[in-house]
Amino acid sequence: MSAMSNSNWSRRSLLRAAAGMTAAGTLAACGGNNGRSGGSSGAGLVQYFHAYGEAGTEQAIKKYAAAYDKAKVSTQWITGSNFESKLFASLLTDSAPDLFEFHPQIQLVKSGQVADLTDIVAPVKDDFNQADIQSHTVDGKIYGVRMIDDPQFFFYRKSLLEKAGVGVPQTLDELIEAAAKLTTDKVKGVYLGNTLQAVIRPMIWAAGADTLDARNQPAYHTDGVVEGLSKMRKLFTSGDLLLDAPADYWDPSALTQGLTAIQFCGMWAMPVMQQALGDDLGIFPFPKVGDAGKPSVYNGGWSMFVNAKGDRVEEAKEYVKWLWIDQKEYQEDWSLSYGFHIPPRTSIAQSAAKLKTGLPAEGVKLFSEYGHFDNIGWTQAMIKATEDVFADSVRKDGDPEASLDKCDKVVGTELKKLFG
Amino acid sequence: MSTTTSRDLAEPANTEPVKARPRRGPRGNATFNFWVFTGPFLIGLLIFVYVPIGWSVWLSFFEARFTVTPSTFVGFDNYRYMLENENFTGALLTFTVFAAIIVPTTWALSLGLALLVNRLRFMRAFFRSVFFLPTACSYVAASLIWKMSLFNGVRFGLANTVIGWFGAENVAWLANPDPPWYWLVIVTARLWLQSGFYMILFLAALQNIPGELYEAAALDGAKPGWQTFRHITLPQLRATSTAVILLLLIAAYQAFDEFFNLLSKTTWGRPPLVELYYTALGDSQDYGAGSAGAVILTLLIVLVTLFQGRIMGFGRGEGSK
Repeated sequence: MSAMSNSNWSRRSLLRAAAGMTAAGTLAACGGNNGRSGGSSGAGLVQYFHAYGEAGTEQAIKKYAAAYDKAKVSTQWITGSNFESKLFASLLTDSAPDLFEFHPQIQLVKSGQVADLTDIVAPVKDDFNQADIQSHTVDGKIYGVRMIDDPQFFFYRKSLLEKAGVGVPQTLDELIEAAAKLTTDKVKGVYLGNTLQAVIRPMIWAAGADTLDARNQPAYHTDGVVEGLSKMRKLFTSGDLLLDAPADYWDPSALTQGLTAIQFCGMWAMPVMQQALGDDLGIFPFPKVGDAGKPSVYNGGWSMFVNAKGDRVEEAKEYVKWLWIDQKEYQEDWSLSYGFHIPPRTSIAQSAAKLKTGLPAEGVKLFSEYGHFDNIGWTQAMIKATEDVFADSVRKDGDPEASLDKCDKVVGTELKKLFG
Repeated sequence: MSTTTSRDLAEPANTEPVKARPRRGPRGNATFNFWVFTGPFLIGLLIFVYVPIGWSVWLSFFEARFTVTPSTFVGFDNYRYMLENENFTGALLTFTVFAAIIVPTTWALSLGLALLVNRLRFMRAFFRSVFFLPTACSYVAASLIWKMSLFNGVRFGLANTVIGWFGAENVAWLANPDPPWYWLVIVTARLWLQSGFYMILFLAALQNIPGELYEAAALDGAKPGWQTFRHITLPQLRATSTAVILLLLIAAYQAFDEFFNLLSKTTWGRPPLVELYYTALGDSQDYGAGSAGAVILTLLIVLVTLFQGRIMGFGRGEGSK
């Protein structure tokens, strides 16, 4: 304390005052920048999109927004692999988006996070793929507008399979065998993504099980799934699986760059793969696991939701209606001009020439024949619980039964919270 | 610690006579000045540290999912859930393993670098800068480089190319936890990033050791090299070493970026902060359980701090020695 009273008083005090002001300035600055471009006065809407991999997608979304004349719509293009976390975290704050894309999950409805969109969807309800309507409906109310359906399946290099004398795998065992035969010192047999998370649900369905049954009870804990998990472990440790590739499963580069002969990916990547590989490309669904199983395809996709806790619910609904209900031209452009997606609107899907022939038509066939849509009751916490099952018993040498028991606990707690 | 502090202590004594001079200005009140100058910082501390801690404690007793203003009181349920949660208890172990590896390795590497740079006769400034440069790199950027080019699992990844020369198979460094190669990736990334900084600290301390000590030791027959290092250099670096180890421990405790960016969808290799991030802010948005975990963690930190305070004697006045 003696320093305060010595002769340097004025110089020191200046320094300290400056430091104090800097600190105060830092505090004040915290409130200012919340990422909104509109500010409080403008009638601007903010929408969140995850970063699509295909060229031109960001420009397209911004182009549609610019064409809307009733409000200014600004787009946050969220890069990185954890869109869910960023979206969920921002929804709690003042800078939450007014509308956002996501998958139908019931906790968003139960917590009052997403607005009821029944009034804008109802007039055109019959023109939607009915499975998409069902996956967005809770107690008769529709909570989101589907933009695109994305079937996910395996892509393979025909030439490589022929050379190795391997047929298209019909069962998981055949896939494991094929992987072994296809692996050389340059090319790995199969790529399922670095974390395997994309094949969890397809494997559950291919084993004849389901995520939840019709009464919202767990349906994934079956002998078939246990068998599937042990087989996946075998594949994981075989050395025939491509691991730690620079790009994840949703990116076509592992296949197009010749790192693997077979890759699990989505229909969105088809145009890029066709461009790179021409006719040397085929597709097949996730093969069945065991005798009771059935091939499966995950019909993923993205839907538009309105943040019910925002201050511009009506305006946001109007924009969603304008773009994703009324503007069929843009909807078609979004589905087919960048990656390939199946339009959820029957009228657009039927007139889409690009999906009528060749490989895209085969994709549509897998979609309708083997496809499983989202179950709105299967929430992010449950998805994470099954990811832990794969982490523990496929990537690690854990006992499948034990890890499924652990998953049951989490899912049970979750179901109790949601459905009582 | 004793050599430097005793020198410092001598200095304030010179300013004593000035103390008698009367204070100038109408506001020359010590109490007032105290609040003017510390006020802003205290307010910041209150708003950004104590209020959030209090809020977490409050949240930890509620069922708080997708909200930070919950209404369902659940007592100690969240605490029970977190303590029974293997991922959380495993995270505490992960951190301990991480600290046990990273603290000694960084200590040894940065001391080694400092000794080398200190002996250089030319280009010393150049090497000092070169080793210090990685400190300026962000953990996220480094993690991405480590993950995508150095330690990716394909045949052209740098690490796989190198082990390929010796005929070894490609290794999936991050995806496959058995054997736990991911530790190598995490530890090397952090070593590269932080060693330079601690090297500078050691370098400063090395230059502070009086040359006479070495001369005296040489006269007494100490051999240069290990003997001198062991009996002169190392003891003289004790204060700096202690500080470096403490700083390293704190840094290890705060580790987040490289774990978060290098490992995904795992149940292993998650220190407490990453685990709590996934619980509270990630997909499940469970602020109640997350806060309970944070409170448990805070209590542990308090305990450890008190314990190490006893051992190291930090915060004790000089007079009590």
